[in-house]
Amino acid sequence: MSVTPQDLLKGLEKPPLWKTLGVFDVLWALLVLAGAVFSWLRYGASMDDYEAAILLASGLALIALGWAWKPLRVLTLMVAALSLFAIWRYGDSLKLADSDFFLRFLVSGQSAVMWMSALFIAATAAYFIALFMRSEFIGRVAAAMTWSAVAMGLTGLMVRWRESYLMGSDIGHIPVSNLYEVFILFSLLTALIYLYYEGRYRTRALGGFVLLVISAAVTFLLWYAWSRGADRIQPLVPALQSYWMKIHVPANFIGYGAFALAAMVGVAWLVRDRAVRRHPHGFIASRLPEAGELDDLMYKAVALGFAFFTVATILGALWAAEAWGGYWSWDPKETWALIVWLNYAAWLHMRLTRGWRGAPMAWWAVIGLFVTLFAFLGVNMFLSGLHSYGEL
Amino acid sequence: MKPSASRHSRQLSAAAVLFEFLGSMNLAITLLVAIAVASVVGTVLQQNQPYQDYLIKFGPFWFDVFKRLGLYNVYGSAWFMAILAFLVLSTSICILRHTPNMLREMRNYRLNVQRRSLASFHLRREWETTMPAAEVQRLLGGWLSARGYRYRTREAEDQRVMAAMKGRFSKLGYFFTHIAIVVICVGALFDGNLPLRLREAAGKLKPETRDLPAAEVPAISRLPVDNPSFRGSVSIPEGSSANVVFLRLREGYLVQPLPFTVEVKDFRIEHYATGQPKSFESDLVIRDPQREAPLERTIAVNHPLIYRGYAIYQSSFSDGGSGLHIAAWPLRPAAGEAQRIEGKVFENSTLQTAQGPMTLEFTDFRLFNINPVPDREGHRRHKNFGPSFSFKLRNATGQAREYENYMSPVEFQGRRYVLTGMRTSPAEPFRYLHIPVDDRGSVQRFLRFNAMLYDGERVRKAAEDATDRSFERLGVNRPEVRGDVVRSMQRLVERFRTGGFGAVAALVDERVPADQREQVTEAYIKVLRTILGELYLELLDTEGVHTGQGAGDAERLFLRDAVAAIDALGAYGSPFYLQLTGYDFVQASGLEITRAPGKNVVYFGFALLTVGVFLMFYVSSRRMWFWIERRNGVTRVLAAGMGSRHPHDFEREFSLLSERLGQHWKVLEGG
Ligand code: HEM
Repeated sequence: MSVTPQDLLKGLEKPPLWKTLGVFDVLWALLVLAGAVFSWLRYGASMDDYEAAILLASGLALIALGWAWKPLRVLTLMVAALSLFAIWRYGDSLKLADSDFFLRFLVSGQSAVMWMSALFIAATAAYFIALFMRSEFIGRVAAAMTWSAVAMGLTGLMVRWRESYLMGSDIGHIPVSNLYEVFILFSLLTALIYLYYEGRYRTRALGGFVLLVISAAVTFLLWYAWSRGADRIQPLVPALQSYWMKIHVPANFIGYGAFALAAMVGVAWLVRDRAVRRHPHGFIASRLPEAGELDDLMYKAVALGFAFFTVATILGALWAAEAWGGYWSWDPKETWALIVWLNYAAWLHMRLTRGWRGAPMAWWAVIGLFVTLFAFLGVNMFLSGLHSYGEL
Repeated sequence: MKPSASRHSRQLSAAAVLFEFLGSMNLAITLLVAIAVASVVGTVLQQNQPYQDYLIKFGPFWFDVFKRLGLYNVYGSAWFMAILAFLVLSTSICILRHTPNMLREMRNYRLNVQRRSLASFHLRREWETTMPAAEVQRLLGGWLSARGYRYRTREAEDQRVMAAMKGRFSKLGYFFTHIAIVVICVGALFDGNLPLRLREAAGKLKPETRDLPAAEVPAISRLPVDNPSFRGSVSIPEGSSANVVFLRLREGYLVQPLPFTVEVKDFRIEHYATGQPKSFESDLVIRDPQREAPLERTIAVNHPLIYRGYAIYQSSFSDGGSGLHIAAWPLRPAAGEAQRIEGKVFENSTLQTAQGPMTLEFTDFRLFNINPVPDREGHRRHKNFGPSFSFKLRNATGQAREYENYMSPVEFQGRRYVLTGMRTSPAEPFRYLHIPVDDRGSVQRFLRFNAMLYDGERVRKAAEDATDRSFERLGVNRPEVRGDVVRSMQRLVERFRTGGFGAVAALVDERVPADQREQVTEAYIKVLRTILGELYLELLDTEGVHTGQGAGDAERLFLRDAVAAIDALGAYGSPFYLQLTGYDFVQASGLEITRAPGKNVVYFGFALLTVGVFLMFYVSSRRMWFWIERRNGVTRVLAAGMGSRHPHDFEREFSLLSERLGQHWKVLEGG
């Protein structure tokens, strides 16, 4: 026997996270903490206790995320560098947005979002080209474009945050307060969740499908900005002036993003299924991941979405208790959140306890996205209620 | 078997079947879907509107059907409550049925598994190696620990079984999630209006539908002070106080007394530089017999006051009875001076008109009116239109029209108008009459112009002048028709001032054959415009406006706007224009006061739900077995396992292990 029993299974262990940390991980933690401390020293005076707690929690979450998913660190550093650059270019005057070269063409809130939009649309095309041409290189380009789009979008939000304070200290607020801003957030989060699974499953074949939804969101965003001037920063109505908004809205959009991912994986499943039945050894069948894997990914996305949507709805209830006098008022937006939630609960039960797989689940995930879309957009357009959030 | 025993066993099995049914997945999914569908209905059909609105929308037949179905208050209806109750029941039974098993499972390594059953697993692999069994056991044990499994071993002479598991708390996730649903529903039941409805069903409570002061509401519509849970609202004018709140219930309301008094000292709205509201705040004083000194607190949106388990929220604001100083200018007939009226919001006054007295009901006053207006690029901008007041004008037969008058002029496309809106029913939007104002921003010029149309002498003179001038221009000299022409011109003006151009057209329709109407109408309107222009020049003259070169652009546009406004007066319907000349602003703060003892239970349920969901999804429970046999100097190892929640991840783990072992050990086919 050439190997000792100890060596035989070497490398297969799964040590606890803290045992795997290296120098870079420690540096990362220190850097994030330094950033958080800096923010606190600088802006702590205008934060209430809850906001300080949110800052701390976000810092810790970012550290953990960076440890668990290394590419996130590069992204964070890029976004931080670009945002600080923009903030530095601005100085104290919003007027520079039109005159400063870098701001105007690269990193003002609005320009960065334009870059994000362009990159997302280009990445969609690139992912499909990579799929059809079976080109590893183009696939890598598509992924790089998606990462860059996320970086630009996040930078756009960060800079927009700063811009709102430059407009007036009482106007400043986190940019998750209207439909325009949350569409950016939706695009970003959907892309990030997708990129995570792209790494985990080592396949770029789904990129085009998922980015189709993002491209649709981006198209809406551009239309909304150009035709309605929605990109203008507006002060917050009193109902939205709460720290709850800072956590409720992002949690919601992690949910929406994950549901969108699940739906598009469902579409890929259906496309593949159809193709396989026609040409079992055809082109699509050979390029998309196998059905079981898609099924698994779809479940993971729904589970992630369900978990965060649960949290978001609970946070919404806590906020409502503070703002409207009751944790549940059957307001249309609330009610539709419940409908979305029940829908996915039923989906999960069918899968887990009934063992449903494949076509019905894929169709259901796609329909689920439409239900979600109604909760997110339709309610604002067609139903009136207490939510003072983004009318069209 | 004796018949009684057999009946007994049949009963038992019926109960078991019921139990089975109530805890079944099919029922659970059906209930989830039913709640979702009912909720959709509740959002698509606006809830808790006045019955009158539904009646108009659906007509008497469907109104009644929907009312019986409880669709106007879906979430409070008996059938919706019943579905929720079934969900709670079904979930509870589900928990009862599954939990004991799951708890047992959590602790059970299933060490006494049969080799036969392992061999039938979907994920399994078998190898042969010369490595001694004890060493294999140590090797696999090390791997299991390094992967986070806990395991137990059973050893016999020539065989060892290792049973491992990981993520067993995933099962607790099931328990937490589902018990959370029960906890939340039960907690919410405390806070919902079920107790109230029960009391109503028992005949101990009846909503009041008349508009009475709180003190006069009869006992049957009052709730006890110690009512543990309610959600009511009250509007308190600045400087006043209240010790009750009102609960809306279908077509009426209930009165809920409070054990303390709330006074609103001051209510404030702050605005951003752009004019949008920035904050709503009330300075409250709580007077409570249990306290020595009053409690003073400021509340704002998102910052309620919690006092003795009562939560007091800033929820709205309204007028608190502002004083209004009004000048009522006669429009039709437009003669005489203004009537001066002193009014108060929510009070009534009387307006003397030619048709007798009309009741003037003041309904609202607003200091700011921030309205969206398109800017030059077509984007919406917000603009303050200034103070406005609303009133209803009711005639002797009880019919009313609703008006909304702005105090200051507003600019549209470079010209300024005062706006007065009118509607005949609350279901309609206001239609606005634009009255042009003169250089000083006053409606006086318009009123004077309108009054001139009622000045018979002046109209006759203007008609004569116009006739003479046109006769002269055309070279006509027929004194015998002059009188007729002048009279028909006067008639045109009379028609116009009461009914606008529409009345002029009607006049033509009465007198002229169809094929000439268009031509004649055109001629009439031209003549009419000439006289109106004539009168207008005269007016400018008396105002001292220099018109030597003809009227300027501004004056011409004013005439056009004034004519358009008079044209619309017929539809406007009020014989007076009510001008707001001053006001004493008093606001009322709208408070929502609630008591929700179930809240903490619900929040506890939220915590359980959150923990449960994450445990369930992110703690993946896995089991593995290794069956190790030593025979003839060869060790045979059978590995099998399953991962419940994320089978793919488990498969990867399993295949990594088996690949590695396969590199060193001999893989047995069929294993
Ligand atoms: C509003 C009601 C309910 C919600 C939100 C809910 C939620 C969930 C969720 C999120 C899961 C996890 C699914 C997965 O991991 O893929 C689950 C599992 C499950 N649910 Fe429910 N559930 C509800 C009602 C019920 C009822 C009424 C029953 C009983 C009939 C039930 C039986 C189960 C069972 C047996 C599992 C599988 C647990 C396991 O094997 O680990 N659920 N539920």
